[in-house]
Amino acid sequence: MKKTPLYQVHVDAGGKLVDFGGWNLPVQYSGIQAEHQAVRTRAGIFDVSHMGEVTVEGPDAEAYINQVITNDVTRLVDGQALYTVMCREDGGIVDDLIVYKRDRERFFICVNAANTAKDFAWFQENRGQFRVELKNLSDQYCQIALQGPLASEILAKLCQQDFSKLGYFHFLEMPVLGKPALVARTGYTGEDGFELYLPADHGTRVWNALMEVGKPLGLLPCGLGARDTLRLEASLALYGNDITDETNPLEAGLGWVVKLQKPAFNGKAKLESVKAAGVKRKLSGIRMLERVIPRHDYEVFTADGTKRIGKVTSGTLSPTLDFPIAMAYIDSQHTSDARISVKIRDKFYPGEITKMPFYRRKKEV
Amino acid sequence: MDAKFPADLLYTKDHEWAKVQGTTATIGITHHAQDALGEIVFVDLPEVGRQLKKGDTFGAVESIKAVSDLYSPVSGKVVQVNKDLSSEPGRINSDPYDSAWMVKVELANPSDLKDLLDAKAYKGLVDSL
Repeated sequence: MKKTPLYQVHVDAGGKLVDFGGWNLPVQYSGIQAEHQAVRTRAGIFDVSHMGEVTVEGPDAEAYINQVITNDVTRLVDGQALYTVMCREDGGIVDDLIVYKRDRERFFICVNAANTAKDFAWFQENRGQFRVELKNLSDQYCQIALQGPLASEILAKLCQQDFSKLGYFHFLEMPVLGKPALVARTGYTGEDGFELYLPADHGTRVWNALMEVGKPLGLLPCGLGARDTLRLEASLALYGNDITDETNPLEAGLGWVVKLQKPAFNGKAKLESVKAAGVKRKLSGIRMLERVIPRHDYEVFTADGTKRIGKVTSGTLSPTLDFPIAMAYIDSQHTSDARISVKIRDKFYPGEITKMPFYRRKKEV
Repeated sequence: MDAKFPADLLYTKDHEWAKVQGTTATIGITHHAQDALGEIVFVDLPEVGRQLKKGDTFGAVESIKAVSDLYSPVSGKVVQVNKDLSSEPGRINSDPYDSAWMVKVELANPSDLKDLLDAKAYKGLVDSL
């Protein structure tokens, strides 16, 4: 298994280490529910160094990226980021990613850990005539996510500066504890927070310093278990579960990152025809009516259990709602059904289709 | 270490324990099982009266990250089910051998017990994992 630069930190903090797609990472420290609540009410800190980092630089960087992704980076100002997917010509999703615009000729991209090699090869295959230089810098970075309503206060204490003017999905490049860092107001939890991209050898120092500053405020180290319950409550997609190369962004509820008005991009023709015809299935939210957890690949049926209408892509117990929630692709003609059932270990359990996200943080006035 | 492997119980390789009193076996899951699962959030138990054959799945125990089937170590009829566990599934984590017992089974075949492991053998199994 691969270890992130913060491996020893997890061992020392008593993290329960597991094999996560070939990476040795903690699933929890003190407990998934406690860590989840910490992020929702105070703050939590995650090692996400397994994610991949790629840079795209050159005179054609903006046009190249706009060809490869579905969203539109020309709308971004310097220091702003966006969430997007990139598609194959058949509309299938290669990965979801965040693109950070340093300027029109320099972009920094964060991709999923499991897809780093695949994505970098995809970037290279699609270079065409664009004048861009592509670099896979994943080994040079570690990444720490600091998330929760107190994240801003904790980061301000650490860096001795105020982050209240750093808007959501904007980023700064600045020294953190003396070494260059990219500080982004992004995250995967549905709370306010930051993702800190740091030199690989600097992560331990920053983690320890954040814990020292944050612990009196209730900061907890959080593992992959809480990361999953948090993102699922916020209805954020997980590649490999909710989105794959056999799903298109329109059926996955990601139409908002598909800018069909762009003149050209990978998958445009297919996505236009999907939009015109209407999607055959939709990624929908399910709230179970009994205390049993629907999991990936469990089948969804009509309420009376007679007709199969879909499949669960992700499911968990929502610590905030204290009830099981799931995302599932449901056949379009059934997405307005009031009740459905999920087949769990040979029995049918009732659920209802519900709007997503399951949880939305209160906006600051 | 003894608290994790009480000497007066019998064990299965699927990490259940059985306490035999006369012709009744009380069944639950071991410390190792609850530790591997993490915080248990739901438990699915059978109805009283259900007939079990040794090796049958008699229920399931769920944590956020995993669900584990429960396998009956013995054949017999379910005569009692621990109703407290549906409102307090976390008890399985804190007290797996005592107040978090799951079912009591009237033994159909006392010779089933011969196949179960004693505390020492079970501990050996767990240590080798």
